[in-house]
Amino acid sequence: MKLELRGITKRFGSLVANDHIDMVVQPGEIRALLGENGAGKTTLMNVLYGLMQPDEGEILINDQPAHIKSPKDAISAGIGMVHQHFMLVPVFTVAENVTLGEEPISRLALPELNFGRLHVPRVSLPAAATDWLGLFDRRRARAAVRELSERFGLRVDPDAYVEDLPVGVQQRVEIIKALLRDASILVLDEPTAVLTPGETEDLFVIMRQLRDSGHSIIFISHKLKEVQAIADDITIIRRGKVVAERPPTTSDAELAALMVGRSVQLRVSKDAASPAGVVLDVRDLSVPGEHGDLAVQSISFDVRGGEILGIAGVQGNGQTELCEALMGLRPATGSVLLDGQEISAATTKDRLRAGIGYVPEDRQEDGLVGAFPVSDNLVLDVYDRPPYAAGIVMKPDEVRKAAARLVDEYDVRTSSVLTAAGTLSGGNQQKVVVARELSRPNKLLLASQPTRGLDVGSIEFVHSEIVKQRDRGIAVIIVSSELDEIYALSDRIAVMYEGKIVGMCSPDIPEQELGLLMAGATTANGQGNGSGPHRPGTDGPQPAVEMPADQAEPQAEELGSE
Amino acid sequence: MERVTTLAAAVRAPLTTERRHVAAVTFIVLGLINILVFGMLAHAGDAGFELSTAGSGIKIPVIRVPAATVCYVLGAVAIGLGVLRATVPLTRLGKRLAVAGVLVCFLLALLCWADAGAIPLNVIIIAQGTFTASIPLILGALAGCLCERSGVINIAIEGQLLFGAFTAAIVASAFGGLWVGLVAGSLAGGLVGLLLAVFAITFLMDQIVLGVVLNVLALGMTDYLYNRLMAQNPNYNTGSSFAALKIPGLAQIPVIGPIFFDSNVFLYITYIAVIGVQVAMFHTRWGLRVRAVGEHPTAADTVGIRVLWIRYRNVILGGLLAGIGGAFLTIGSVGIFNENISSGFGYIALAALIFGRWTPLGSLAAALLFGFCLQLAQVLPTVNPVLPAPIMDMTPYVATIIAVAGLVGKVRAPKADGQPYVKS
Amino acid sequence: MSDVPVDPMPAAPDPVPVTAAAEPGQPSETPGPAKSRARLTGAVIIQAITQGSSAVVTILAIFLALVVGGVLIVFSDPVVSRAWSSFFAVPGYTLGQTWHAVSFAYSQMFEGAILNPSTVSAAFHGGSIAAIFYPLSSTCAQATPLILTGLSVAIAFRAGLFNIGAAGQWVGGAAVATWLGFGVSLPPVIHVIVCVIGAFVGGAVIGWFVGLLKARTGAHEVIVTIMLNYVMYDLLQYLLSHPAMLQEPHQTNEIAPFPASDANLAHVGGPPPQVGVGFLIAVAAAIAVAWLLSRTTTGFQFRTVGASPSAARTAGINVERSWILVMLLAGGLAGLSAATVIQGTNTQLTFNSYGTYGPDGITVALLGRAKPIGVVLAGLLFGALHVGGTYVEAATLGQVPADIVEVLEGLIVLFVAAPALIRAVFRLRTTAGTGMEAVAKGWNG
Repeated sequence: MKLELRGITKRFGSLVANDHIDMVVQPGEIRALLGENGAGKTTLMNVLYGLMQPDEGEILINDQPAHIKSPKDAISAGIGMVHQHFMLVPVFTVAENVTLGEEPISRLALPELNFGRLHVPRVSLPAAATDWLGLFDRRRARAAVRELSERFGLRVDPDAYVEDLPVGVQQRVEIIKALLRDASILVLDEPTAVLTPGETEDLFVIMRQLRDSGHSIIFISHKLKEVQAIADDITIIRRGKVVAERPPTTSDAELAALMVGRSVQLRVSKDAASPAGVVLDVRDLSVPGEHGDLAVQSISFDVRGGEILGIAGVQGNGQTELCEALMGLRPATGSVLLDGQEISAATTKDRLRAGIGYVPEDRQEDGLVGAFPVSDNLVLDVYDRPPYAAGIVMKPDEVRKAAARLVDEYDVRTSSVLTAAGTLSGGNQQKVVVARELSRPNKLLLASQPTRGLDVGSIEFVHSEIVKQRDRGIAVIIVSSELDEIYALSDRIAVMYEGKIVGMCSPDIPEQELGLLMAGATTANGQGNGSGPHRPGTDGPQPAVEMPADQAEPQAEELGSE
Repeated sequence: MERVTTLAAAVRAPLTTERRHVAAVTFIVLGLINILVFGMLAHAGDAGFELSTAGSGIKIPVIRVPAATVCYVLGAVAIGLGVLRATVPLTRLGKRLAVAGVLVCFLLALLCWADAGAIPLNVIIIAQGTFTASIPLILGALAGCLCERSGVINIAIEGQLLFGAFTAAIVASAFGGLWVGLVAGSLAGGLVGLLLAVFAITFLMDQIVLGVVLNVLALGMTDYLYNRLMAQNPNYNTGSSFAALKIPGLAQIPVIGPIFFDSNVFLYITYIAVIGVQVAMFHTRWGLRVRAVGEHPTAADTVGIRVLWIRYRNVILGGLLAGIGGAFLTIGSVGIFNENISSGFGYIALAALIFGRWTPLGSLAAALLFGFCLQLAQVLPTVNPVLPAPIMDMTPYVATIIAVAGLVGKVRAPKADGQPYVKS
Repeated sequence: MSDVPVDPMPAAPDPVPVTAAAEPGQPSETPGPAKSRARLTGAVIIQAITQGSSAVVTILAIFLALVVGGVLIVFSDPVVSRAWSSFFAVPGYTLGQTWHAVSFAYSQMFEGAILNPSTVSAAFHGGSIAAIFYPLSSTCAQATPLILTGLSVAIAFRAGLFNIGAAGQWVGGAAVATWLGFGVSLPPVIHVIVCVIGAFVGGAVIGWFVGLLKARTGAHEVIVTIMLNYVMYDLLQYLLSHPAMLQEPHQTNEIAPFPASDANLAHVGGPPPQVGVGFLIAVAAAIAVAWLLSRTTTGFQFRTVGASPSAARTAGINVERSWILVMLLAGGLAGLSAATVIQGTNTQLTFNSYGTYGPDGITVALLGRAKPIGVVLAGLLFGALHVGGTYVEAATLGQVPADIVEVLEGLIVLFVAAPALIRAVFRLRTTAGTGMEAVAKGWNG
């Protein structure tokens, strides 16, 4: 099926998210849509999928104008979408999720009966009656999932609950969901953001298979290497406009320049680390998770002043719980020493006071109070200390003065310090959090996903601030699921998998090896399982040669079929 | 550097408060009450329980047990369950059975204590009363279930009951038809549901605030109309009510017959509704879509399910059911309407819904528990005059607090419950 | 109202219509100099009206509620409703009757609650000047307990808790105040003070218990407070049925003795129903709450917890302690409300003395947008409605029952809390919302 977008324009107030976008996707083609965060990729796809209506322009399918007013129209036009945030109901099974909206209905019937010579034939209720009753036919739902997953090699257990599945498998469920609806154009919105390199490879295999069976695929990404690896052709958009179309053989540098609009440094410039004494020493830390299991299992590591420890890993392998436990936001067992002081029984407030700066993973939920002005957000964890307060009386003037200074220093773009923080852009919100956490005298900085969802300019800014902290002798922990970020910042890399540190390596470890560790592959020299009093070294692990890429699969399946 | 290994249990991270311990402590406290209050303070003598009514054909002998001893045993069992709960990780089913066990022990001990040395309690009559008293609670909880499974918090159950009760009474009186009254009561509940839907779904009002405001409004409105119409004209509040509808045959079964098959039409409607909602919610396309809308409306929207329509429909349906529950309060039992006749039943229904984890059958069980407490408050002071009536009146409310605070555990409401859905 | 935002919020670039919870709203802090200058320009005022600032929405909501209330008056007036049945025959007569019934009811309300023109003319002819202020004085007196229960609900609201339990807390305060009032002998001034403090403590204990349950077990405060209300009603009944406790000796009714005369609050405007010292207590409490919320670290904690518990926790604020403390204060304020009734109007506590102070507190707090100054104004409005309602019932010989006020209150709050509706009805342009800063949290916390 051929898809054409012609002059698509979408405005939000004064902001033009899509500015006369033209794009053609041929049948059996993988078309990459490359652009950085905020360039308008997702808006464009929401328009295509009927979640938003364009202000101008039209969509043509097989050269015929298509009127897509809702996702339903998009589905019947043969468009399927795998959203960045999965559109799956966590408490439903795979089969329920896949068939939702297209549910198979039980055809109620009295069974055939044989009493000796008396033969009663099978009696079916009229279709109208069974449709009205609408009993959900689990058996046929299951069968539909099985059939599709066999046809396209998308292994998944139809009876598993989605919330128990690893993200890679959830993504497959999304693809099956689109295929069940006979999608011939598949839109994958940042599909690799949540995957390990190994899982990404698997996804690419599936994508090629789908393309070869005649499906068209729109692959949205901001990752140059992946786009080069999989796309047949690349459309690059920047600030809502199509700036170029390029073949996948185009160089990194050119694509990056087109995407960002200027030449970009792909790596942060930083000097070699000069680590000092141990600042944070974590011993046998275990953290219970949501379901009574251990999200973090007996982890030990240390961080020295003046070094950046990057904690790599696919999301959901215990990093969130680790950070929260280090901040006293979650009960944990084990020992945490900050500068030799035991802090494992201290409250969050005491830990902040003791000199930990914390940039939480979810800035909107945990880092900021959206309804509060920027000024209050800048003192959110020091509001009760001089000069902002004397006793219980607060001094709003001091708060405002300090806020004005920090806004200036950290280049937060806001009309005033009294503007509600929730109205700022993502990048500026993150600058508020970073400004607050870095403006205190810290011993340790713990930053979780510090640049998620930010544009390149903000990423560069945040990265350089983090490196500055390190150069000042502060111990820094960066938790990130973005390999680029881990490589750009880390002086040492710890890899987390299923609540354990499965490897501690130097930043010159090849990306492929790091990927294997993130997928839980145990290494040949037995350095893998982070349990026990294992003293992490700085040498890279030696992974087994030629690890099959889908090694991690069976485990995932087991989890799912529980 | 010295390595210190400490148990960092001192960190109280409240989002993950140890439910296990809260539940266990509650179990043990209830067990201790069984022993120290009911056991120790029980009058000397036996407690008796009668299992047949005067009219029934088959006579079952009165069961007599030594009150204090039984209380001690029940207390010990509850404490044992508490220790079990604290030490052994139980499955989901196990936890529920433990809660049920502790509650049964507590209630039995309460009965033994109250009846010690007094005339035998008629279990059948208490059971009848329980099932009748819980009708508005069950219907209210079902209304809540329909709303909240689709993602709209319904605090307005109280208002729906009240308005349903008023309308049923006035229509039945004015038109002289009980069935007309029933339908009108249901529609009145549906009207409150419609208001809830419009303000919550279309005008994006905070749903908890909205519910409370609707309750205030329903109370004000019924008070106003009561004083304006009924108080001045008794013909608008005649007090007629449905008679019992004995089901031939089934009503003769000992114990079960008089409880389930010798009641008025509301009881039958209620149980049909429970089964209907349970099946519809968990075994049909309809229910799958409703639950999808309540858990992840965007996901439902992207497969072409009309989120707002489903919410509207369910909120109004819920209102219709709660309206029937309200009609029961007047034309199903006492007949006449009084100001604020629902007296918090809507809120208890809400608690039953939460205690029952947003399922019809769970809500049924919880509503029966609260209905039993309501019934006890009525019966016990007549059996044992020492018990002060106002204190016994507290029972259902205290039971609700204990249930919500000590026994519910971590609630898991539908994920999108209370969040308006706005298309981007 | 210092916080009436006339701020012309620029149309947010964010296309997603803001849901109540994520309301960017206006900064709650005092407006900067630029803003106060802007307030003077006419263009800004017009913009405020067309875009519907919160003050405008509130006024329109009250207006709309009066219209709907008018419909109710028409519906329940037999003469007028009969006229409507023959509307097409005699439309002029019908409309005239309608206008007469509605305007009469509302003008009587105004005369009863604010100002009766006949007292003014009487004063010119040698009548009492004090009589002119009699309605206003009664209004303030009626408003006193409402302001206090309103503050109780409002302060909890700011910390993200919905206190439906002001009624139960009121009972707690009333029981303690009554007992201290008649059961204890103390020197004159001290007796009053002890009783008032006792009432505060009596309410605070009940509130504290709710906060404690919420903090320790996660029990949702909406359910716990409602259930505690009923428990307290029953407890009150129990206490009032035993002479050893609160029942007046030689009584069969459930009624407590009068508080000793030296335990009563002094009069200011005149004997009840005119205003007393209780009103000053209410205003002082409003000022104290305003100061607490906007100028202290405790208030900052409350507001942070209310706006985002998870951000508060991450910033090292003890969310649970805030919950407990705010519920304690909320309960105390409801207890004070009881003190102004029991001690202010020399009332015998009975089994239904709690009246509708609790639910009215909720509506007052919502109408006042959970801000102390707003609560005082809303309390005065509702006080006026109460006084006017009683007056109109007498003036119409029961044709318009005083209960109409309850309906009006409910409607006003319903409309105030749904600014989107008001904007739709009056065709105002929508802007970023002007709803509550904090809203109640759902079951998942």
